[in-house]
Amino acid sequence: MKPVPTHVLRQLEGVVGKTNVIAQPDELIVYECDAYTLERNAPQAVVLPGSTEEVAEAVRICAHNGLPIIPRGAGTSLSGTVLAVDGGVVVATTRMNRVLSIDPRNRRALVEPGCVNIWVTRAAQQHRLHYAPDPSSQMACTIGGNIATNSGGPHTLKYGVTTNHILGFQMVLPDGQIIWLGTEPDGGEDIFGPDLRGAAIGSEGMFGVVTQALLRLTPIPQEYRTMLAIFETVDDASRAVSQIIASGIVPAALEMMDGIIIQAVEERYHFGFPLDAGAILIIELDGLTAGLGRQTEQTISFCLENNARQVRQAQTEKERNELWKCRKRAFGAVGKLSPNFMTHDGVVPRSKLPEMMRFISDVSARHGLQIPNVFHAGDGNVHPLILYNERDPAQIRRAIAAGHEILRKCIQLGGSVTGEHGIGVEKIDFMAEQFTPDDLDAMHALRNVFDPEERCNPHKMFPGSMRCADFVQRKQIPA
Amino acid sequence: MNSIQLPPFLDRKKSDACVHCGLCLQVCPTFLETGNENDSPRGRIHLMRGLDEVKFPLTESIADHIDRCLGCRACEAVCPSGVEYGGMLEATRHAITQHRKMRLPQQLLQKVIVERMLTWPNGLRLAVIPARGMRRLGLTKLLPQRLRKMVELIPQKPTRFPQAPSSRQEKTEAKVAAGIMSGCVASVFFPGTNQATVAVAESSGYSVDVDSGSRCCGAIHAHSGNLPEARKRAQAMIEFFENTEIDIVVVNAAGCGSTMKEYPQLFNNNSEWKQRADQFSSKVRDVTEIVEYLPISLKKKRPDHPRTTYHDACHLCHAQHITEQPRALMQEILGNNFIELPESDVCCGSAGSYNITQPELAQRLGARKAKNIISTGAKVVVTSNIGCIMQIRASLQSAGAQDIAIIHIADWTMQAKK
Repeated sequence: MKPVPTHVLRQLEGVVGKTNVIAQPDELIVYECDAYTLERNAPQAVVLPGSTEEVAEAVRICAHNGLPIIPRGAGTSLSGTVLAVDGGVVVATTRMNRVLSIDPRNRRALVEPGCVNIWVTRAAQQHRLHYAPDPSSQMACTIGGNIATNSGGPHTLKYGVTTNHILGFQMVLPDGQIIWLGTEPDGGEDIFGPDLRGAAIGSEGMFGVVTQALLRLTPIPQEYRTMLAIFETVDDASRAVSQIIASGIVPAALEMMDGIIIQAVEERYHFGFPLDAGAILIIELDGLTAGLGRQTEQTISFCLENNARQVRQAQTEKERNELWKCRKRAFGAVGKLSPNFMTHDGVVPRSKLPEMMRFISDVSARHGLQIPNVFHAGDGNVHPLILYNERDPAQIRRAIAAGHEILRKCIQLGGSVTGEHGIGVEKIDFMAEQFTPDDLDAMHALRNVFDPEERCNPHKMFPGSMRCADFVQRKQIPA
Repeated sequence: MNSIQLPPFLDRKKSDACVHCGLCLQVCPTFLETGNENDSPRGRIHLMRGLDEVKFPLTESIADHIDRCLGCRACEAVCPSGVEYGGMLEATRHAITQHRKMRLPQQLLQKVIVERMLTWPNGLRLAVIPARGMRRLGLTKLLPQRLRKMVELIPQKPTRFPQAPSSRQEKTEAKVAAGIMSGCVASVFFPGTNQATVAVAESSGYSVDVDSGSRCCGAIHAHSGNLPEARKRAQAMIEFFENTEIDIVVVNAAGCGSTMKEYPQLFNNNSEWKQRADQFSSKVRDVTEIVEYLPISLKKKRPDHPRTTYHDACHLCHAQHITEQPRALMQEILGNNFIELPESDVCCGSAGSYNITQPELAQRLGARKAKNIISTGAKVVVTSNIGCIMQIRASLQSAGAQDIAIIHIADWTMQAKK
């Protein structure tokens, strides 16, 4: 990869300051991947702007010099969404991380794109408000990244995913123009015309760089009832999920962890999970205190009808927080089991969960790889964590093959290859299996409205995109 | 520095635990300040592992990013897979110092001032005399910036020099016997805090029989990667207390306490010493771990006390996981006059000798801390580490908030009595 010409670097330094341009090869190494580590390639430079104007100016310089730009938040993506496939300039929003204002009367927050998801709730809490979408990485991931991938989270079962909580945002287009999509900070909530805001959410950074976002805040529920249901088998737990939802109860969250993941989490956090359980469900009901009691009883009886060994209730707020901490940090806890993991986030109809889970366990046996599961059972969004060791090329190949079989099965069962992590570079090959050429052309056409040169986060999502290996042969993964 | 290939230095069984998830990023003080992933825990681990696996050579800027780590271990506390970052950092620093030619001033700073002077109380006492004199005469402006910053950190001369208990007093009653680790820097700058620590222990029902005197525990050496020297100091400390009949060792410096609790890690390849270290470490207690045994008379409500906040010392909250005990005590005494500090667990920039070796970032973190403290409206800040006290006092002064007092929790507890 050619380095960025010196005069261009000087221009970028002129905009964001010398210490906020990273261009030495040994300082670019850490930007070679995100939380998806199977494919790696370092960008040619990284800029760390401090304001919308600096972003716009830096992007303009890149446009003028034909350099690709890759917007990056905290780099917690699990699908290589911020991989610099063909080099280019990473525009990282990590210095633009403030909560600009909280408007409790209108239940809104105005934040910068690098603001961490959980910081919004922390700032709003004193008004008994919170920011509802809660991806498991919420202690680290940024609002800008959440917008790019339309992130979900355990509590989006009841409250909806990111797009339901973004009123509007400011974006710098790939040519350096600054636009605002959706509701403006002082504007009314309903706006006319096509919903370009909605179109750009989930575009995986291909439409531009988000530089400010206006978020919807949600009242903190009066009460929570958080339950831990222990099952002998994943099958039983899956059936309980279907029955709870079919009864009309909408839990705030409904999460499953299987036996292997329970052991990893227990070893790390000593919560008191039973190590011999086949699966557990974390079920949370919330809302007005009146009526919660009856729903809780119903939920417990559904679990018991489906052979739950025991259903425990969190007795204190502290216990509830501990339980959620275990769930939300479960991905990382697999480091206890294996040096590397790859996760998919395919979706199947809830009624197909038992079948899907049996298939995953079959894939695991056939490929000789451990595949623990921890996932959003309530919306049928599975998260098989395929464990492998990157020092063993044969294991890498088997892990990739296993993942592909699982995703194909999701499509076959009428679901989707991703619920929330995004396509990135990881799942590009499945786009053509899930969508018709016409669908893909339409998406492509929309992308070109925002980014006609296809210079913003290139080589993502669309079939036919180039891979790192196409540019730098020696970096090819041994697959 | 020319680029250097380092031989492998990490325990891969442990370093493999990092799955690159990035959940550690936003608790890292240096990353919060610079926004550069080279200054984040995940980034540094990426560099450490790359060096260890000889994927790329050590360069000056990689070494710089490793140097810039505070070693506060906030990342360890939030890591889902329990990566032992502190241990990785020490091993990496050790490997780097083996192969890196430091520039002379840097070398003098590290070897002479940090590792020798700070850990040699009599020398430190002598060195402080001209420094205080210069400050009084307003001559510090003449010093180079780095030295000036150091001089500014030196606390005012205490008005009295109370004596810590002399070594090995007679074991008196049938109480639980405690030893005090009075520390090298504390015995020069904060002798009163050592005395207050003894008072806290005695009020909590211990008989304090032994004082380690001005022995250095080796924390400062371990943190900067000088593991052989750290081992030597650890052995001396262990031997000293082995020859006494104490049941616990009370420490009032968080950095020393965490290193002493982790002595066994220094002896992974030496089973005899590992065992002796295990035995010693199980006796180490931070002073905040015994305050719950204070008599009720010392925990009485003090409604007249001004609004007070609490700063978590990194090596107390992240390395020793002690956050609740000091808060419980303060809440009991202060009621509504206790107020939480925003970012209370983000490092103040003191970090052992960091404010000496990395003055620029230390100053930024100090300013961040001062801003947060001022935002609470508190008149008093309580903490549990003398390094933090020096750094925060200097930072509050630079922020024009010299009216806010900062005090060690042992002093505060005994003061609350009056």
